[in-house]
Amino acid sequence: MPSLKSLRTRIASVKATQKITKAMQMVAVAKLRRAQMAAESARPYAERMAGVLANLAGAFENQPGAPVLLAGNGKDKVHLLVVCTGDRGLCGAFNSSIARLARDHANRLLSEGKDVKFLCVGRKGAESLRRVFPDRILDVFEFKGARTIEFEMADGVGKKVLELFEAGVFDIATMFYSRFKSVIQQIPTQQGLIPAEVPAKAAGATSDGAIYDCEPGEAEILEDLLPRNVSVQIFRAMLENGASFYGSQMSSMDSATRNAGEMIKKLTTIYNRSRQAMITKELIEIISGAEAV
Amino acid sequence: MAEAFKFELVSPARLVISEEVDQVVVPGSEGYFTVLKGHSPFMSTVRPGLLEVTNAAGKTTRIFVAGGFADASPNGLTVLAEQAIPVEDLKPETLSKEITAVEAVIASAKSDEAKRLASEKLGQLREVQAQLGSTTAH
Repeated sequence: MPSLKSLRTRIASVKATQKITKAMQMVAVAKLRRAQMAAESARPYAERMAGVLANLAGAFENQPGAPVLLAGNGKDKVHLLVVCTGDRGLCGAFNSSIARLARDHANRLLSEGKDVKFLCVGRKGAESLRRVFPDRILDVFEFKGARTIEFEMADGVGKKVLELFEAGVFDIATMFYSRFKSVIQQIPTQQGLIPAEVPAKAAGATSDGAIYDCEPGEAEILEDLLPRNVSVQIFRAMLENGASFYGSQMSSMDSATRNAGEMIKKLTTIYNRSRQAMITKELIEIISGAEAV
Repeated sequence: MAEAFKFELVSPARLVISEEVDQVVVPGSEGYFTVLKGHSPFMSTVRPGLLEVTNAAGKTTRIFVAGGFADASPNGLTVLAEQAIPVEDLKPETLSKEITAVEAVIASAKSDEAKRLASEKLGQLREVQAQLGSTTAH
């Protein structure tokens, strides 16, 4: 039986922890709302972009001369995995589930005899991947100080990806991030970056196979659009990640607060029991002492 | 008066404008073009310049866009802009900062192609600056 004093300190420390997790949860709720709004307001751009891309890409289907960013460079020897995670922890399985998805994909590719390289956006993913694949990480991007996610940040990552692609460092790029489905559900997702993943034409798309007049020309527009698409996709992934991060942090901090509450309850019961046991023991001693006299 | 059509201006961060308008003048990479209702399907890249929107009330708004795409169809016009700032909010410093940045690119450009692209952009930005200067002098 632990002493009364040690029980008292335990209870105090669990209470302090509970206060911290509770505060973190509330902060996460407030930030989640902002992150969610940012993710939602970025959606129209990405959607329109996908629509335009789908319109143009249709013209190049199964045709030689399609831009390399759309058709790939014909090889699939070296894969680049762009892993987007958070920069901070204390958010449940958020970071580890993205890293796990990327790791599984990498192991599968390696067992097929392909080469794998990593580009990490966010510190946490880099940390856990560094343990398994220490010499395969090309670069790590960290945006720790940033309060909001700006397009320029994603553009920097996109430019780096394109630079590596042009230098022939890799043949195929895949991106990993967490899609924000709801506050309690974030889905780790993988998405092809290069060659560009062209969405199947959405129902009710603006043009029903109408012939577009293009200025300068279709090929030129695609050449301009595809690199931009890479940045936009990364930007979207980062925003989704931001919302997912706070969603995940919110629910994990919520359960941490609840666990702390339960622990306090249990410890208080033990504390009261042992206090009463001690009083009873003292009383018995006094009574039996008086009887003996 | 022209008939209204749907016009949307989107930047990566948000949907800037989504409304019914009468006429939009877009700074296309091959020259300015005007979009009215029922335009044939048309797609163009957009160079840095001023976009002029005339809404149903006949009021004209000018917006600075920094490159992107315009996608016109009979149903409406969508402009995807890298940056979109209404002229009233556009500070001269922002523009001159951009110009200095492009000038730095020209100075450090390795290939002729990169140099040519950057100087093209510089010319376009200068043009915007001149346009803005002339209107503020009015």
